[in-house]
Amino acid sequence: MRLDDDDFTLFGLPERHALDRADLDARWRQLQAEVHPDRFAGEGAAAQRIAMQWAVRVNEAYQRLKDPLRRAAYLCERRGAPIQAHDNTAMPKSFLMQQMQWREALEEAAGSAAVERLEAEVVAAERRMLGDVARLLDEQDDAAAAAAEVRALMFVNRFRQDIERRLDALDPALPG
Amino acid sequence: MALLQISEPGQAPDPHQRRVAVGIDLGTTHSLVAAVRHGVAECLPDEQGRVLLPSAVRYLGGGRRQVGFEAMAAMADDAENTVVSAKRFMGRRLADIGGRDRLPYRFVDQPGMVALATRDGDKSPVEVSAEILARLRQRAEDSFDADLFGAVITVPAYFDDAQRQATKDAAQLAGLNVLRLISEPTAAAVAYGLDNASEGLYAVYDLGGGTFDISLLRLTLGVFEVVASGGDAALGGDDIDHVLADWALAQAGAAADTPHAKRAALVAARVTKEALSSADTADWLTEIAGRQLRIAVSRAQLDALARPLVDRTLAAVRKVLRDARVSRDEVRGVVMVGGSTRMPLVRNLVGELFGREVLTNVDPDEVVAIGAAIQANALAGNARDGELLLLDVIALSLGLETMGGLVERVIERNTTIPVAKAQEFTTFKDGQTAMAIHVVQGERDLVSECRSLARFELRGIPPMVAGAARIRVTFQVDADGLLSVSAREQISGVEAAVTVKPSYGLADEQIAQMLKDGFTHADEDMAARSLREARVEAERMVLATRAAMAVDGELLTTEERAAIETLAVATERIAAEADAHAIEAAVAALAEGTEAFAAARMNQGIRQALAGRRVEEI
Repeated sequence: MRLDDDDFTLFGLPERHALDRADLDARWRQLQAEVHPDRFAGEGAAAQRIAMQWAVRVNEAYQRLKDPLRRAAYLCERRGAPIQAHDNTAMPKSFLMQQMQWREALEEAAGSAAVERLEAEVVAAERRMLGDVARLLDEQDDAAAAAAEVRALMFVNRFRQDIERRLDALDPALPG
Repeated sequence: MALLQISEPGQAPDPHQRRVAVGIDLGTTHSLVAAVRHGVAECLPDEQGRVLLPSAVRYLGGGRRQVGFEAMAAMADDAENTVVSAKRFMGRRLADIGGRDRLPYRFVDQPGMVALATRDGDKSPVEVSAEILARLRQRAEDSFDADLFGAVITVPAYFDDAQRQATKDAAQLAGLNVLRLISEPTAAAVAYGLDNASEGLYAVYDLGGGTFDISLLRLTLGVFEVVASGGDAALGGDDIDHVLADWALAQAGAAADTPHAKRAALVAARVTKEALSSADTADWLTEIAGRQLRIAVSRAQLDALARPLVDRTLAAVRKVLRDARVSRDEVRGVVMVGGSTRMPLVRNLVGELFGREVLTNVDPDEVVAIGAAIQANALAGNARDGELLLLDVIALSLGLETMGGLVERVIERNTTIPVAKAQEFTTFKDGQTAMAIHVVQGERDLVSECRSLARFELRGIPPMVAGAARIRVTFQVDADGLLSVSAREQISGVEAAVTVKPSYGLADEQIAQMLKDGFTHADEDMAARSLREARVEAERMVLATRAAMAVDGELLTTEERAAIETLAVATERIAAEADAHAIEAAVAALAEGTEAFAAARMNQGIRQALAGRRVEEI
């Protein structure tokens, strides 16, 4: 086992998008139980440093694996189709239309009930698109097509953050 | 294994006898120390049997001071020189401190952290906290008649980097070896989790004197994971005292203009509030400017005054649930922490929000210290099963200032720590040879609305066209939640780094100076202390090394084992002599000599952790 092993190897998982979240969590906890600096509290600076490196590495892999979108991006990259979100913003017209529609709906939404309805719609679309990505990666082995879909999902993800910010703003008693 | 038996077993220190580790709840209004004794975690009382130590320090002049109840007793008469709630000022600048016009102190605005002017000179909140920690350390050392192996100290989950660093500085100043900083709600869950053996998702609602925390924790198989946390670092029971005092003064047609009067009005409000937790009416009773004041307060009246403050806590609870994408019925229990949760209003409203009765069967004042003691015991290697592991998250996002005063987030909040993350930036002008790096913490998009943690410069970048340089900025947050940042230009290799300490906490030299000044150990010979500390550290290292060899000795060749054993024996021999520097050198040599062994053990541990699973999977 090495620090620069890929995430799937580190977690002992087959390299594919489909993944059992509970199993991933259990593996993460088992790994942390081995490497966390607290396990070496009395063992001096050298052991602490090594433990820290491993704990950081395990957390890094876990953060990437547990997020379906980041996991997909990672797989695309490993299969020669990096996402390059900054350089590659071309989107199908139908997708852009959908985005505009959603943004208008968010602007016009009057109360938190309306925003929550929109959120449910966006979440459903997101789930559908993630299903497509998983199929493209695991069944059709088409990393390039999957990468295009991941880029679209990144837009959807950003929009969801806007929705959440709006919901926070609608909660009257929120501090800060 | 044979080598182990060669060392004289009769002289080997018994680790369970020696490793006294304590948990400390360094609170806004009061502090506690707890330890596991005979397998039970309990708070350690002072000579009069009291477990709470008021977090109050009174400076008497000439370097003399009172800590705790004595200081509290003088609070109203000597308000300027009696510091309470110092925790609120930890790692803060003057501008950060809300409602300071209502506080009786003379604040000294200085870069980094505010200080308080007393008759003994300016005191930083770190120094005040160190007085309290030193008192608790003494109490523990007296209880066990032994030096402490180390301490786990709790901080609010919402504490940012500067506040955590300030807490750690205070502990160091008090002569404590910090095993770990853990968040208060996590400690509370440790106390409840082990006592009640409950698994699932829990909310910890912690309304203390000066801070409010709400955390969601998942408890599974001895692992405590903080799923999300939020709160308000400047909201607590003290604020309820303030609104009640203001209201009562208005009712009485009186004004509290002097520090003494302000304090007296607040003390009376606190007494009234506490009485109203069990009674339906109570009198607010005080004397201001020679005038006796008495105002009858009903519980309904107190509830009406406190309601807006409690509502703010409930909004923070809803936000944390949203952040974690958890609905309130998934929460299996709500742990109540902090004296303010004794208020029936708080219990009822929180219970209502979650649709269930809240948990109160561990004393809400003691629960945090007890949890910290359990964790300290585990970290000291005293726990039988040793299966307790805390996994924590950072409560606030960390990022950098980019063009136009915007924040580029590098590590998002609620990321599990320890964590390291790198991001690449570039120059925006042709021939630019330096880059200013401004590290900020917070959730807002504008730098001006986030907390500034540190600034440093990367210099000596070779002149290139704009956008050609590749500057990699790496953020690393350790298991205590403390941040260090480094920057490196990838093409030329020039580097700069900062631990987020200098701009906010005390620099190491400052701490060394304070220790030298005999700040916390006025009555003790520093040389004797450093010798004793070096010996404790040497013993700790030798013990740990032998224990590791006993478990994983087969990872070493006979020669390697002999080499390590030689180093261990040498360390023991030198530790018996009286040269602290030589002992430190021997410990360093032992650490270096075992580094490869430590790496090999780690590797084996990881492989074993997943061995069973890997086979199933393939």
